[in-house]
Amino acid sequence: MRVKGMIHRIFTEMLRDKRTLALMFLGPLLILTLVYFLFQGNGTQTATLLVKNVDQSLITALKNDHLEIKATRASSTAKTQIRRRDAAGMLVQNGDKLTLTLANSDQSQSTIIKQSLQQAQVKLKMQTAAATIKTQAAALKQLQIALAKATGQAGIKGASQPATTEKAVTIKTHYLYGGADATYFETLLPILLGFIVFFFVFLISGIALLRERTTGTLYRLLATPVRRGEIIAGYLAGYGLFAVVQTLLIVLYTIGVFKVQIIGSLWLVLLINLLMAAVALTMGLFISTFADSEFQMIQFIPIVALPQIFFSGIIPVATMPGWLQVVAHIFPLYYGAQSMTAVIEKGATLTTVGPSLLILFGFALVFLVLNGQTMKRYRQV
Amino acid sequence: MATVINVSHLTQGYGKTIVLHDISLQVAPGQILALIGPSGAGKTTLVSAIMGMLRPKSGTVEVLDTPMPDRALLAKIGYMAQTDALYDELTGRENLAFFGTMQGVLKIELKQRIPRAAAVVDLQGDLDKPLKDYSGGMRRRLSLAIALLADPPLLILDEPTVGIDPELRQQIWAELHRMAKRGITILLTTHVMEDAEEADQVMMIRQGAAIAQGTPAALTAQYHVDSIEQVFLQAGRDQDAR
Repeated sequence: MRVKGMIHRIFTEMLRDKRTLALMFLGPLLILTLVYFLFQGNGTQTATLLVKNVDQSLITALKNDHLEIKATRASSTAKTQIRRRDAAGMLVQNGDKLTLTLANSDQSQSTIIKQSLQQAQVKLKMQTAAATIKTQAAALKQLQIALAKATGQAGIKGASQPATTEKAVTIKTHYLYGGADATYFETLLPILLGFIVFFFVFLISGIALLRERTTGTLYRLLATPVRRGEIIAGYLAGYGLFAVVQTLLIVLYTIGVFKVQIIGSLWLVLLINLLMAAVALTMGLFISTFADSEFQMIQFIPIVALPQIFFSGIIPVATMPGWLQVVAHIFPLYYGAQSMTAVIEKGATLTTVGPSLLILFGFALVFLVLNGQTMKRYRQV
Repeated sequence: MATVINVSHLTQGYGKTIVLHDISLQVAPGQILALIGPSGAGKTTLVSAIMGMLRPKSGTVEVLDTPMPDRALLAKIGYMAQTDALYDELTGRENLAFFGTMQGVLKIELKQRIPRAAAVVDLQGDLDKPLKDYSGGMRRRLSLAIALLADPPLLILDEPTVGIDPELRQQIWAELHRMAKRGITILLTTHVMEDAEEADQVMMIRQGAAIAQGTPAALTAQYHVDSIEQVFLQAGRDQDAR
């Protein structure tokens, strides 16, 4: 009955606090929409490549949607020309020799140029094979070898392939998860879903308990026969329900507006977020005991919340150095985001994500016990 | 039941600092005991120890024949904290209902008790206002109403008359006397000497020690003065001389 009273109170307070409600429910939608558009257009990036004295057949081979080719005749060095014309790179042909200079201030643009050159190499190779006039073939071959050297200088490994005759190959791509139009947004979504719930529940519940401590209501509450566990359970259930509503809203929004596919079960998504909320809540309540004001609570965000993003899968954990991979395992969001990605993108079932969920549960349990202990400061029984 | 509160040789403190030295006191059913003393004297610490929020460093505390600390017994104590611990987002009625639920009052009983408790402190008309619109005095009265809500056999009121106007103060005292007559025991802290004069028994605390104890009449007679205030000043001087 007391837990019910706690939940009722938390609900009444939250529903009256319109700004917090808006922040909790509309804020994430705004952020997600922004992220959606930010990462939607991953096919539209272009790089400008300056070419000087380059054989017309190579230029034709280089042409693609991502590359803007501009011919130049100026005699100044590649460096000055790239700077002056704000280009991503410059390709200069001098007889059989090709020299590529990259601005390299934006790695993704450098990658576009390198990839285009590789593609051009393949195209030329196929043209060589198809060529009927031997002299033309020889010229193309020469060009191709020169190109291999240039790309080699630009840092591409394994570009030299035996220039034997090959049949034209058509490539058909199959996707295990997602489709051809899958964007980075779909990779980000499960991670964001976990993080948003974690962040909001951490902050709101932490500050709520902090306010209870500073206004004295926590002490007053403990002057009733309420159990410490009942207070924490009330918080858990009260804010947990808000977290579930928040998750539902975000999930329905992404399905409805962005047409994102959730392959696994929606219930599992809710369960994962409920566990994330439990960890965030117990952690928020615990951390709030080290803060004397709301301002100090905010100061914990860079320490507690931000590092978790790094290990949530935005940067693939498998590519991290060994010791960092170990560090990743102490962050709850690592498990949450991992299971969320598995369920949403790969349709993982409870048995697959079970171990991660158990670990999340363990986190919540540890912080729960710690909370019980810190509340002893106010009432020793 | 001879005593409702029985504190014997209580020493209490936080960490290594000692706040209370060797305090002993008994309160009989239906009695009003006033703890008086300057702020920082240890009144609130004594109240915390009696409620069992703190475990005694040495000595014993018994309330209603139960050794404290005891969580379940808190249901029988109506407590009013020194600072108004209330929820600003809620209305007066919601605050009463919430703390009543926490105290263990059933939902059906709350319906009758909330108006009754509010009537004592003259807040019936303001129950549905949000607490943001309450004045300091109204908040103090609501805190008192919360303490009265469960109709407990023991009331512990920490500075109940701070910020309450004289007319309402008299009204509250009349109610406290009525309750004492019904057998309810009341312990209150104050630094207002007029409050002390209303009490059956007075305990003066200064620098963590009890410096004088007895009925207001006996104390004024003992110190050959004509007011409790003068008793307090004299007892304080005696303490410093020791």
